[in-house]
Amino acid sequence: MIKVDHIYKTFGEKTVLDDVSCTFETGKVNLIIGQSGMGKTVLMKCTVGLFEVDKGAVYFDGRNFSEMNFKERKPIRQEIGMVFQGGALFDSLTVEQNVMFPLNMFTHMTQEEKLDRVNFCLQRVNLVNANKLFPSEISGGMKKRVAIARAISMNPKYLFCDEPNSGLDPKTSIVIDNLIMELTEEFGTTTVVNTHDMNSLTEMGEKIVFIYKGKNYWEGTFEELEMSDNPELIDFVYASKIMKRMRKH
Amino acid sequence: MNGSFCRDFKIHVIKTNILATFCKFATTLNTMLTKTWFEIGRYWKFMKGLFVKPEKFIVYYRQVMHELVSIGVGALGIVALTSVFMGAVITLQSAYNLVNPMVPLYAVGIVARDSIILEFSPTIIMLVLAGKIGSSIASEIGTMRVTEQIDALEIMGINSSGYLTLPKIVAGLLICPFVVIISIFLGIIGGWVAGDMSGIVPSADYIRGIQDQFLPFNIVFALIKTLVFAYIITSVSAYHGFHTDGGALEVGQSSTKAVVYSSIFILIFDYILTQLILA
Ligand SMILES: Nc1ncnc2c1ncn2[C@@H]1O[C@H](COP(=O)(O)OP(=O)(O)OP(=O)(O)O)[C@@H](O)[C@H]1O
Ligand SMILES: [Mg+2]
Repeated sequence: MIKVDHIYKTFGEKTVLDDVSCTFETGKVNLIIGQSGMGKTVLMKCTVGLFEVDKGAVYFDGRNFSEMNFKERKPIRQEIGMVFQGGALFDSLTVEQNVMFPLNMFTHMTQEEKLDRVNFCLQRVNLVNANKLFPSEISGGMKKRVAIARAISMNPKYLFCDEPNSGLDPKTSIVIDNLIMELTEEFGTTTVVNTHDMNSLTEMGEKIVFIYKGKNYWEGTFEELEMSDNPELIDFVYASKIMKRMRKH
Repeated sequence: MNGSFCRDFKIHVIKTNILATFCKFATTLNTMLTKTWFEIGRYWKFMKGLFVKPEKFIVYYRQVMHELVSIGVGALGIVALTSVFMGAVITLQSAYNLVNPMVPLYAVGIVARDSIILEFSPTIIMLVLAGKIGSSIASEIGTMRVTEQIDALEIMGINSSGYLTLPKIVAGLLICPFVVIISIFLGIIGGWVAGDMSGIVPSADYIRGIQDQFLPFNIVFALIKTLVFAYIITSVSAYHGFHTDGGALEVGQSSTKAVVYSSIFILIFDYILTQLILA
């Protein structure tokens, strides 16, 4: 379980996170939803320590991550897999080398074992015959899948995905959502997913955190969301026609 | 009465203007100084971050090998071209300037050799390399920054500044001396060919000149300069790339800054080293 405890984050004059607290549960897909620019990515980056929080703390299974220095964070970092909003694949490496990168850095596997692991991960995300291609030679959806494969190559305990299906067609999105759900279930990871895609919300919303204007406005399960009468949440979730129609039923 | 009021008023206005200009100047100076201190502090912090124990030695070793090729071999073409022409021009110009009949013709060889070894090869070639290597390092690391690749390294628990920068600095320090030695060699050959072909400096005179009063220490001095400049180019460029903030536009700006600042520091340290070692 990851506990985010009263964190604040400002950039210059601009307050992006203003006293946010929430918990992300183990073995579940935890969604962070909210409009564009409301601070989802910043919340995620604060959680994993890419941004230092101004105040507050983040606990990974009771370990106070915010108080640790670079060296102390290392073991926890190796339990984290992260899929970035833009994929963040290393341009100079092939798909295979990208997925192998963490293995090269942190394990003492033989080349064969590493290749096995890489192929296993790539198969897991339904990506075969792309091993030798460079990131510039594959499509956006494939990049996302390679990024997921890289994130899971070290068997992470915590999996963070920043909009894993933005810019993808609805069908591929659902494939990726399902993949994330399966991985979470299979490996019992604590998965945190940023999204503003309502399909994903209905697909995999087990635990939902709604960020609005830098505040944690609402937190609950999907069933609770359906019952909720929080005006901003309703306004956000039922923005599209389809969702409005669903609400009527 | 009225006239004196007008005069007083004018003086008042002028005084206020001077004061305002002075205040503005002081503020600008203040922000500039603050910014400079900020940059210097951040550079030191960046440098300190580099020298921690590598995660895995073999990975760093491979990176160094890779950088040796991209920094050294990639630069050979432009270095060769620049050196040959530089040598040719220095020789012809020295011959043109040494019109005094008291000065023997072989002095052209001495002058050409010493200026190539002491100044042209180490400084000018490293300035050329600052343009070539500096911009490529800054844009490579800058692109990694804006596309979150550096974040991806950090999240894995890798010391990203060390992983990206240290191999480049090491490779630069290893390969640049060779590049400069090649440049010296080609420069002297360029002078020889130009002097001989134009008939201004006969081959025998030039060759006598380049052997006359040769000080091996000059080569050592050239190599010391080269090492310092190589360190400046790689570290300053990596620093600017690493602290890129924003998007593609900022990557371009970082790469320009990398070249400008490396060049300025090369010139400053050229002066300092010459003063320290030769004077
Ligand atoms: N490095 C930064 N420096 C300054 N401001 C930043 C920085 N990163 C984010 N912000 C600001 O924080 C706010 C929240 O950004 P964030 O990227 O978290 O939005 P988001 O919710 O992830 O949006 P999207 O859904 O579009 O990705 C934005 O207004 C942005 O301007
Ligand atoms: Mg975002």
